[in-house]
Amino acid sequence: MAKADFSSPNVLIYPALKTGKLEVIADAMAREVITDDNGKATGVSYVSKEDMLEYQVDGRVVILAASACETARLLLNSKSQRHPNGLANSSNVVGKYLQDSNGTAMGGYLPELFGRKRYNEDGVGGMHVYTPWWLDNKKLDFPRGYHIEYWGGFGQPAYGFGMGMQGINGKYAVNGKKKEAGGYGASLKEDQRYFYGANVGMAGRGEAVAFEHNKCEIDPNTVDKYGIPVLRFDVTQSDHEIKQAKHMKETFREMMHNMGAVITWGDDGTPENKYGLDKPGYIIHEAGTARMGDNAKTSALNKWSQAHDCNNLFCVDGSQFTSQADKNITWTILALSMRASEYIIDEMKKQNL
Amino acid sequence: MKRRESLKYIAASALASATLAAGCKPGEKKEEAAKEAFKPGVHRYEDELQELKALENMPKFFNEHEIATITILGDIIIPKDAVSGSASEAKVPDFIEFTVKDQPKFQVPMRGGLKWLDMFCLKKFNKSFKDCSEQQRIEVVDLIAYPERAKGKSELTQGVAFFSTIRDLTATGFYTSEMGVKDLGYAGNKPNQWNGVPDDVLKQYGMAYTPRELEVCLSFDA
Ligand SMILES: Cc1cc2nc3c(=O)[nH]c(=O)nc-3n(C[C@H](O)[C@H](O)[C@H](O)COP(=O)(O)OP(=O)(O)OC[C@H]3O[C@@H](n4cnc5c(N)ncnc54)[C@H](O)[C@@H]3O)c2cc1C
Repeated sequence: MAKADFSSPNVLIYPALKTGKLEVIADAMAREVITDDNGKATGVSYVSKEDMLEYQVDGRVVILAASACETARLLLNSKSQRHPNGLANSSNVVGKYLQDSNGTAMGGYLPELFGRKRYNEDGVGGMHVYTPWWLDNKKLDFPRGYHIEYWGGFGQPAYGFGMGMQGINGKYAVNGKKKEAGGYGASLKEDQRYFYGANVGMAGRGEAVAFEHNKCEIDPNTVDKYGIPVLRFDVTQSDHEIKQAKHMKETFREMMHNMGAVITWGDDGTPENKYGLDKPGYIIHEAGTARMGDNAKTSALNKWSQAHDCNNLFCVDGSQFTSQADKNITWTILALSMRASEYIIDEMKKQNL
Repeated sequence: MKRRESLKYIAASALASATLAAGCKPGEKKEEAAKEAFKPGVHRYEDELQELKALENMPKFFNEHEIATITILGDIIIPKDAVSGSASEAKVPDFIEFTVKDQPKFQVPMRGGLKWLDMFCLKKFNKSFKDCSEQQRIEVVDLIAYPERAKGKSELTQGVAFFSTIRDLTATGFYTSEMGVKDLGYAGNKPNQWNGVPDDVLKQYGMAYTPRELEVCLSFDA
């Protein structure tokens, strides 16, 4: 069987279990990182979701990979005499510089593809076609760039399929016959077959500019059902993001037009709706909440994903990003994790950890 | 520290939730849970299962008369033809009953729309839609199935909106059923079985793969 797909259980966890050196503790909700009098991490305390009792697991090194916001939450909740502002947070940057990808989208259909022959098109429909950032920012009114993801074709029908037929079946001759919009019966079934697989859409995923004031922080008044203080969020998109979304929309419109496609949704960008820019958090590429850097005063981690303030603590998820570039973030998370892992092994061998 | 050695293979994957779904306490019934988890089918998380169960346990939303009307309308919208069966054969009325519970925003438009239809038929034929003859039903449907035709006719616009809603629900219920998926000719959901775009299709659009693409991108282990 080909393993062209990636999922962490399949590709990372099962092979790691097979080494016999990994033990997984399921249904454990980490509460905080425990540190000793010298400020070193000694383990993690957690509540079991099964029996609601408190446990602790000790370790020579503690690695957080709880995703960007949850890692910030763990750090901020791990207060001690040596780390009064939360762990790895003497710089006061933990939780700050929170960012998501910029996203907006547009779609429609390609009349050229009406009534076409059926075949298996799975895996072609959600294309991450490589569209690198191709423009020169000096000539643009916004910094950074974006890539474009495309989709369309004979997808598996899901809820929503076949709806809104009256919006399309009056506009195009179906198998050579002009019809009235709407309808029912055998004629409607013919229309559904005819238009199936002709849809096309595209979405931009762009780099947002990281700002210190965009942040998550511990909510002083609220805990979750385990009694762990939760986060609250304060993120505003800047003019850079809005201008980028405007540019995305213009690009999509041009591409759809040149393809000969008819736009049915998403071409509604106005200054009032920020050109369709999705709300922060909507693209689910959170990053930046424990940024890395050489300067311990302005960053939480060094270039090895290692806390400046606590050398046996590592954060290997999106929290370490200073920016997320114009690509989706997961490959970079994986690459940085691998690099940090190699560094940890190396440092352990050298007895530095 | 308490070690849960035996649970380690059920961690961090679908299996963990399958165990939860089966309601197992740690240490109990692990074997069965693991077997259960490998059954093919739809995977649901614990909260999804709870939601589904809650929906199933709700009392019926539509009464008998309403469901009978939905069934007749559904089969007018999607009748049996040479390619596939009808909406009712694909259990679309059950799907609509489920959907109005799952998405309560449909409840008033559906109940009210059905009532609108009955009132319209009562005025016109002195009978509810269900009790009308086939010919009378089609006469009414023709008035509300074509938004352009009915534009500006204030006695019909609400009926048009209702018909669009039930056409949407019927179509999406039908085309997401096994019967509807086959009707459309969806050919996917076959992992690792992709040989590229068929030759005749490529020719039709004046395209071709390069030898290198054929070699590198389009080969797979059988
Ligand atoms: C719908 C969707 C589509 C996406 N598509 C793409 C895409 O196409 N390309 C791309 O690059 N990225 C994509 N992303 C983003 C990508 O999934 C994330 O960037 C990536 O999973 C982050 O990896 P991570 O290991 O940092 O965190 P996660 O994958 O979120 O893993 C964190 C783990 O930590 C666990 N955890 C959290 N808190 C605690 C705690 N207190 N105690 C114990 N365990 C805890 C969680 O249960 C989870 O298993 C997508 C995300 C979503 C939601």
